Amino acid sequence: MRLLLPLLLLAAPAAAQDVQKVLQRDFHARGQATMDRVVQDGLQRVCTESNDRPPAALAKQLEADQLKTISFPQGSLMGDWKSGERIAQNGRGLQWTDPAGSTGGGSCYNCHQLSPQEASHGTLGPSLLRFGATRGNGPDMQRYVYGKIYNAKAYNLCSQMPRLGYTGTLTPEQIKDLVALLLDPASPVNK
Amino acid sequence: MSRVLLFLLGLLAASAFAQDTKKEIQKYQQMIAEGSPVELFELEGEALWKKPQGPRNASLEKCDLGQGPGVLKGAYARLPRYFKDADRVMDLETRLLHCMTTLQGRSRDEATKRVFGNENQPSEMEYLSAYIAAQSRGMKLAAGSSHPKEKEAYELGRALFFHRAGGWDMSCASCHGEENKRIRMQDLPVLSKKEYARPIVATWPAYRVSNSQFKTMQWRINDCYRQMRYPEPNFASDATIALNVYLTVTAAGEPYRGPGTKR
Repeated sequence: MRLLLPLLLLAAPAAAQDVQKVLQRDFHARGQATMDRVVQDGLQRVCTESNDRPPAALAKQLEADQLKTISFPQGSLMGDWKSGERIAQNGRGLQWTDPAGSTGGGSCYNCHQLSPQEASHGTLGPSLLRFGATRGNGPDMQRYVYGKIYNAKAYNLCSQMPRLGYTGTLTPEQIKDLVALLLDPASPVNK
Repeated sequence: MSRVLLFLLGLLAASAFAQDTKKEIQKYQQMIAEGSPVELFELEGEALWKKPQGPRNASLEKCDLGQGPGVLKGAYARLPRYFKDADRVMDLETRLLHCMTTLQGRSRDEATKRVFGNENQPSEMEYLSAYIAAQSRGMKLAAGSSHPKEKEAYELGRALFFHRAGGWDMSCASCHGEENKRIRMQDLPVLSKKEYARPIVATWPAYRVSNSQFKTMQWRINDCYRQMRYPEPNFASDATIALNVYLTVTAAGEPYRGPGTKR
């Protein structure tokens, strides 16, 4: 028994903090992909440890913290849907192969259906076809869409959607253009 | 190659319905497998296996991949596994690197200078992987899973698979965690489930038609982390080996039929 116990402990499930130590040991910074990225923040830790099912009260509290990270621009949140379509198509940004400081995209089509003309869309996220046509495009809806793109975790803590504004993947102007892609009546999404 | 891509685009355009598209993609996959240049990589790998190299001017022919020095038949199907001489679990590329440093006397830096090749110049690791993997065709995948260090690697690999971090808060399961999902047009296998892991693991390493390159499992893991917005995993590190152990043990029992040909 004395001999067996350490062996059993070795094969026990690895805790998130131990996995983080492995990542810190076995990964290296390359380009803009720096090593601070393997240090989990609060929600990454909570979502990992709860298998994306955090206790409701904790989720609510952490979502409220994430909401505070969003700064909503003054005035209209609707930009140019044509520019939004290009941003939705663009899958670059934040990778070690992307030049630091270069403008990336939202990778939206990787996971969502948007304009009906684009058949090559992913299905990891819900279809956003006719998003504005079915939900309206008033100030509250604009604010929700802007906030959701800026920091998806403010609305659903363990969502698989990246925090595109919070992480600096997209600029406020780019997010406004995506709001227009989803909500502008002239956007192909709503035709 | 562009003719093949044009053909695929034509097929996609011609198909109005998703189901039709799926069938056409399957037809395309069958077609590219029939015209695959994998055999050329195997031949080049054989030449490199037998070529004297390094300060000791030795070939890799005495390299022990787990079945005894120089035994290649069925060796790949039993990797990754624990190696007593290195006191470490190793996958194919890690073991090859071990043999390059011990048998050929090469430095680790020199031997890993260029582990991932490109369209114009594949890497030594890629050629060797093709040659060695091909000699496990028809054999059931049976990665090591009984030694304590193999069990430890499996548990670490599983934890890594579900660990959320990086610039975009992702784990492997962010994309490979739910059934019937796609990125763009690419189907995503749920690699934590054996029915999905089996056909995938059984066809790596593989030739990729879309960029005319032969790719290894170390590259596959590396490029997933790039797209997950992580820093870069060290080549042949315990983390990459652990993930490989997790995937290969999950796929255990599947007859190996690689090196494969992918989109």
